[in-house]
Amino acid sequence: MEQFFLQLTNGLTIGSIYALIALGYTMVYGVLKLINFAHGDLFTTGAYLGFTVLASLALTDHLGQLAGIITLAVMVMIMVGMIGIVLERAAYKPLRQSPRLSAVVSALGASIFIQNAIMLIYGATFFFYPQDILPKFTIGIFGIEIPIMRCIVFMVSIALMTSLYIFIQKTTMGAAIRAAAIDQDAARLMGINVDRVISVVFFVGPALGGAAGLMVGMYYGHINFTMGWVYGLKAFTAAILGGIGNIPGAMLGGLLLGVIESLGAAYISFAWKDALAFCVLILILIFRPTGLLGERVAEKI
Amino acid sequence: MKNNLTIKSGITCALILLFFCCPAVLNRYWVDVLNNVGLYALLGLSLNIILGDAGLFHMGHAAFYAIGAYTAAILNTQYHVPMLYLIPIGGIIAAVFGAIVARPIIHLRGDYLLVVTIGMVEIVRIALINNVFGLTGGANGIFGIDRMIIAGMKIRRPHHFFYFIYFFMIITVFVFSRLKQSRFGRALNYIREDETAAQGSGIHTAHYKLLAFILGAGWAGMTGVIYASKMTIISPESFSFWESVVVFMIVILGGSGSIPGVILGAFLIIGLPEIFRGFAEARMLVFGGAMMLLMIFRPQGIIKSVPQMYKIRNKS
Repeated sequence: MEQFFLQLTNGLTIGSIYALIALGYTMVYGVLKLINFAHGDLFTTGAYLGFTVLASLALTDHLGQLAGIITLAVMVMIMVGMIGIVLERAAYKPLRQSPRLSAVVSALGASIFIQNAIMLIYGATFFFYPQDILPKFTIGIFGIEIPIMRCIVFMVSIALMTSLYIFIQKTTMGAAIRAAAIDQDAARLMGINVDRVISVVFFVGPALGGAAGLMVGMYYGHINFTMGWVYGLKAFTAAILGGIGNIPGAMLGGLLLGVIESLGAAYISFAWKDALAFCVLILILIFRPTGLLGERVAEKI
Repeated sequence: MKNNLTIKSGITCALILLFFCCPAVLNRYWVDVLNNVGLYALLGLSLNIILGDAGLFHMGHAAFYAIGAYTAAILNTQYHVPMLYLIPIGGIIAAVFGAIVARPIIHLRGDYLLVVTIGMVEIVRIALINNVFGLTGGANGIFGIDRMIIAGMKIRRPHHFFYFIYFFMIITVFVFSRLKQSRFGRALNYIREDETAAQGSGIHTAHYKLLAFILGAGWAGMTGVIYASKMTIISPESFSFWESVVVFMIVILGGSGSIPGVILGAFLIIGLPEIFRGFAEARMLVFGGAMMLLMIFRPQGIIKSVPQMYKIRNKS
């Protein structure tokens, strides 16, 4: 039983990271109907920028632990968000009227570009986050010892997702994003600046991805320039699982995927863990072709 | 008009003949690069049926390629079936596999189909790594695969493979371009342009989509057999998700639906990184940037697929 809860918390933690990345995919998809394959590499960028800032500015020494890490996270999110906006301008904006798959290939090109840019700047080796900046103790919940980092990652992810949800549901900009996702032309006629909406989406999505990258760096301690590919693929799967374009769906899909993966690795077979996640995905899509929370609309491409 | 066409086909024939003389002046390395280009072009052409002609978002083509290659490798190393006979057998097994996996997912739309095919290729790769049924040799793969023997001659050196692969390509291009004109090809194009209208005109869309998958899978399987006999060693890493992405990019970048476009796409995607070797470590960076630029300036692909024109037959 203890093993089960340990695996469950592990799954929820990794799942919350998948969910954060999946939000970036799903938001972009909602507005542009584009699978942003470079999103996973923006996540890597977040991890590397976090490492650089941490190593060069020594924020935790100047500001204290908590304030230092919060400042770090905000800086990383803003920087990755900016990169997201630039990426959209450079690689996707010229392709808005083109066939959808051309933009997908442009996104794949951007992914190769960013990945190799990181490799050229930092080198192809693993980087290790400094381990002394973070608390190391475990806390007991229901008699199970859980590392504090696991709780922090989970809680921060949930907090970020909640704030995103409030932003989308309660603010004017959020309403504009929802409107643009339903019908861009109609939104434009209603006086919504769709270009600005797209910029905001390309700021918020990558910012969340960057935060996820920073947390992965801190949680696992090591980062590599290719890690975005695997995380991106998993997060994209999570977004589809929940119903792409649907924000609560991405959160649910991410958590579910994380839990399936860690429980599957523990109880079924470690070697088949990735295959298991995809099997569940295929089964769910066979029975619910638009994902768990996706709307059942007759799509007309 | 007719004159123009003859000149054009004359130039094409001359270029093909010139291309077939290439191995005489190139060294082994570049002939081998051309062989890789040829294999990817074959894969691209087989994916083109599914992605370009039928418009189904399929990003798991490496799975079919892997099934063909592994079928051949297992039958050859365990039962000593000659590789040449395994080309059709590998194709048939891959086609059967394609039919089985495509049947339940064929109704998925757009991006949902995309992610399911990604899942499929990952499942196949993990199954191969985990040595499923004790046949696939795990992460090390299978080695000691025989070369092909045609009329007593062993296809062994890069030059031999060059002629073998490109001869197979000519057959492929011929078959696929005939198919494009056929009832089947027209039905697929109709489905791509407007599925609802196609259904309304009495085209059994699920049936044709499934056929497209079967044909594409079978052809990829045959290419896999050629690959296995060329490498003599195959391992799961040769059939990763990234391989599927490469083939996908070849089709879209070259011009989806256009046979010359796909072949040109293979030359660019496989050939360019070789040519960019001068940039040393930055070559993939330049390659990624070039891909973005190409798509921005040629969103339809380098060679646009031209809509087919048909003459109305005069009945009177």
